[in-house]
Amino acid sequence: MDHTLELPPEKRMTGVRKVKIALIAASIAALYIWTFAGISIDLGRVFSEQTLNNVTRVIPQLFQPDLAMAGNASLLMLQTLAMAFAGTLAASILAVPFGFLAAKNMMASKAANLLSKWSLDGIRAFPEIMLALIFVSAVGPSPFAGVLAIAIGSIGMLGKLYAEVIESIDMHIIESLEANGAGRLQILVYGVIPQVVPEFLSYAIYRYEIDVRSSTILGLVGAGGIGVLIQISTMNRNWDEVGMALLMIILVVTAIDYLSSFIRKRIV
Amino acid sequence: MIEFNNVSLTYPNGHQGLNDVNIQINDGEFVVIVGLSGAGKSTFIRSINRMVTPTEGELKVDEENILPLQGKKLRSLRTKVGMIFQHYNLVKRSTVMKNVIAGRLGHTGTVRSLLQLFDKEDRALAYTNLKRVNIAEKVHARADQLSGGQQQRVSIARVLTQEPRVVLADEPVASLDPPTSHQVMQYLKRINKEDKITTIVNLHFIDMAMEYADRIIGMRGGEVVFDGPVSEVSEKTFEDIYGRKIKEEDKVGGDEHD
Amino acid sequence: MTDSHVLQADNAPGLRAGNMKWKLTGLFTMIAILYAASFLYTGSSLADLWNGLPTIAAMFAQLFPPNWGYAGEAWLYLSETFHMAIIATTAAAVVCIPVSLMASSNIMQEQRVLYHLTKQVMNILRTIPDLLLAVIFVGIFGIGAFSGILALVIFSLGILAKLLAETVEAIDPEPLDAVRASGGSTLQVIWYAVIPQILPQYTSFSLYVFEINVRASLVLGFVGAGGIGQLLQRSISFMDYDRTMMIILIIFLAVVLIEYISGKIREAVL
Ligand SMILES: Nc1ncnc2c1ncn2[C@@H]1O[C@H](COP(=O)(O)OP(=O)(O)O)[C@@H](O)[C@H]1O
Ligand SMILES: [Mg+2]
Repeated sequence: MDHTLELPPEKRMTGVRKVKIALIAASIAALYIWTFAGISIDLGRVFSEQTLNNVTRVIPQLFQPDLAMAGNASLLMLQTLAMAFAGTLAASILAVPFGFLAAKNMMASKAANLLSKWSLDGIRAFPEIMLALIFVSAVGPSPFAGVLAIAIGSIGMLGKLYAEVIESIDMHIIESLEANGAGRLQILVYGVIPQVVPEFLSYAIYRYEIDVRSSTILGLVGAGGIGVLIQISTMNRNWDEVGMALLMIILVVTAIDYLSSFIRKRIV
Repeated sequence: MIEFNNVSLTYPNGHQGLNDVNIQINDGEFVVIVGLSGAGKSTFIRSINRMVTPTEGELKVDEENILPLQGKKLRSLRTKVGMIFQHYNLVKRSTVMKNVIAGRLGHTGTVRSLLQLFDKEDRALAYTNLKRVNIAEKVHARADQLSGGQQQRVSIARVLTQEPRVVLADEPVASLDPPTSHQVMQYLKRINKEDKITTIVNLHFIDMAMEYADRIIGMRGGEVVFDGPVSEVSEKTFEDIYGRKIKEEDKVGGDEHD
Repeated sequence: MTDSHVLQADNAPGLRAGNMKWKLTGLFTMIAILYAASFLYTGSSLADLWNGLPTIAAMFAQLFPPNWGYAGEAWLYLSETFHMAIIATTAAAVVCIPVSLMASSNIMQEQRVLYHLTKQVMNILRTIPDLLLAVIFVGIFGIGAFSGILALVIFSLGILAKLLAETVEAIDPEPLDAVRASGGSTLQVIWYAVIPQILPQYTSFSLYVFEINVRASLVLGFVGAGGIGQLLQRSISFMDYDRTMMIILIIFLAVVLIEYISGKIREAVL
């Protein structure tokens, strides 16, 4: 039997779809043109003789951490962990009222609801190191500035997550308590808190994980912790010391991640 | 011609998938392999395009032992031996056309295929094959918008587009309802007759095997326990192959004549 | 009737099992001690905060009104931040495809060593803070946007490759068999059976990483790696707080806008 070959018909496309595709392609192209026309990179300088020297000097040193610095680095790393802990704990408590205000199913008025939601969004727009820079100029260069930055920064995320947890609780329990004539405070203590505490805790621990990472670098703007060592060592071009700090961060962050996910699995 | 000479296959876990199989399948035959689940039907069929590799013996396709093949030579064997799967194995998010043209990949250089530069003839072949299985109107539809029977027809078009000399079908109708199953089997039968493509199908419904096969091979425990033309097969034969009485669920039933 | 129905308040079970009570007490004591230790160790004291309050208040007072006239210059630097984020995301999105395939167990069934190696390297990369990468690259390539872009590429590669590898590991393996069985090479299997299955997630993850890169690139300037960060740092150290506020405002607007747009697109593709 003979089957004469025949090309498939062209794909039919509506005019709207064609326009849409053209628009998307044009905006992507425009974005890239804007980017590459605007960026100023002096490739001649980037790949200069100087760079080659740096590569051969910096990279080997990074991979040979200065073991003499191990003690000092450990102490600073401990400070980083403490900064993160103090910051996260403060935030995990301060975020509770924000969470309740931002949750739609709690008593808050519409205005209070929106206001707290927006302020949480507002906080989250700023990286912690930016807050640290501001606090350093306010209270002076110290780990305390770091704690403040971590605390404020973490409220933004924790408040939002808490609000989501609260919005997802089982309202039947609340209703039955109401039907039993329980007061507001009683409802809170017996109906809401038991439902949300494990997840609050889990999120707080998760946030600690994040805060440990971000507090390792706060020292770069003077806010304490292992970042201080990085700051000083890079200024002195002691890359083996930076290597030590790097190694410390990799080890500790990995350990904290394991520990945190281990604990969180047990809680929820 | 396909020739199994003392072929055995032991899986890495020690399980014996094939045990000393000796079989010849001639060009243009329509062979149905029957056997209970776990009998080794898939292992048998997948040895022929080397999706699994027998550990002993010699397996010849067109006079060439395919067991040592690797790389380019293995791919060229697979171009010659097409395959149809129980679950159709289409890329659900791609269009019907893209799925069917994938049958040309073995014939197309890697660079050209990555740029999707297929010859006009290739695209025409794909479309013509879709027409042969009566699903040309879905050419630009996404595969996940098709019913199971339609997807299996697309996968037949894909295998045709490959222009194989042999088609292997591993339980091609096990996921379909009886009328659709018969439809798919009829398409397979038709391409076997029209294009003289050797066709080897795994089935576990005995009435279907009887209706479409020229020749039936029965397997049990990795061994070939029956081999003969349909005319020699009776209910007793199946009872021997299965090692038990035939039950109602061994038959697909349904409308056998369109 | 005997006295079996009389309430026995003495034996009434507590609301919490006794054992639980001890656990909780222990937990809270531990947290309290750690907290006290952290406070001491970081030299934080509420007294500091109290003493610092007037300074903070004065500083916040100076933030207002923002220096509106400064918006033009701030925008100039902010656009450099965007350029860096766009270039870095694009580069990471390209490089992450081979890397994530190498980190997927179902693709690397035979090359186990390469698979484990890639996965471990990516795990390590993810623990290094972006700013630390920037410090190192500034040390090698000098001050400027190039160092910042490199830092962002490495940093986002770790995240993107992990997310994508998880997606690749969850794809339907059957179409891969089909392409392989019709004589397709490994590259063809990837292109025709793997990529179409991960495309929506790939787009979504790339946009997500773009959001992360925009935020990260805001502060790269603190260590001389380009973008608006250097402006922010300068304005704060010169105590030009009205400028600081203008920069903060413009950053805030930009971040919110980008996340909104990116979120909408991600909803549309998934
Ligand atoms: N990859 C494998 N590893 C180990 N044993 C397998 C593998 N594939 C199949 N088997 C075993 O080999 C036997 C034959 O399997 P198969 O060929 O799939 O049978 P059928 O297709 O007839 O149901 C079964 O017992 C099955 O469990
Ligand atoms: Mg099978």
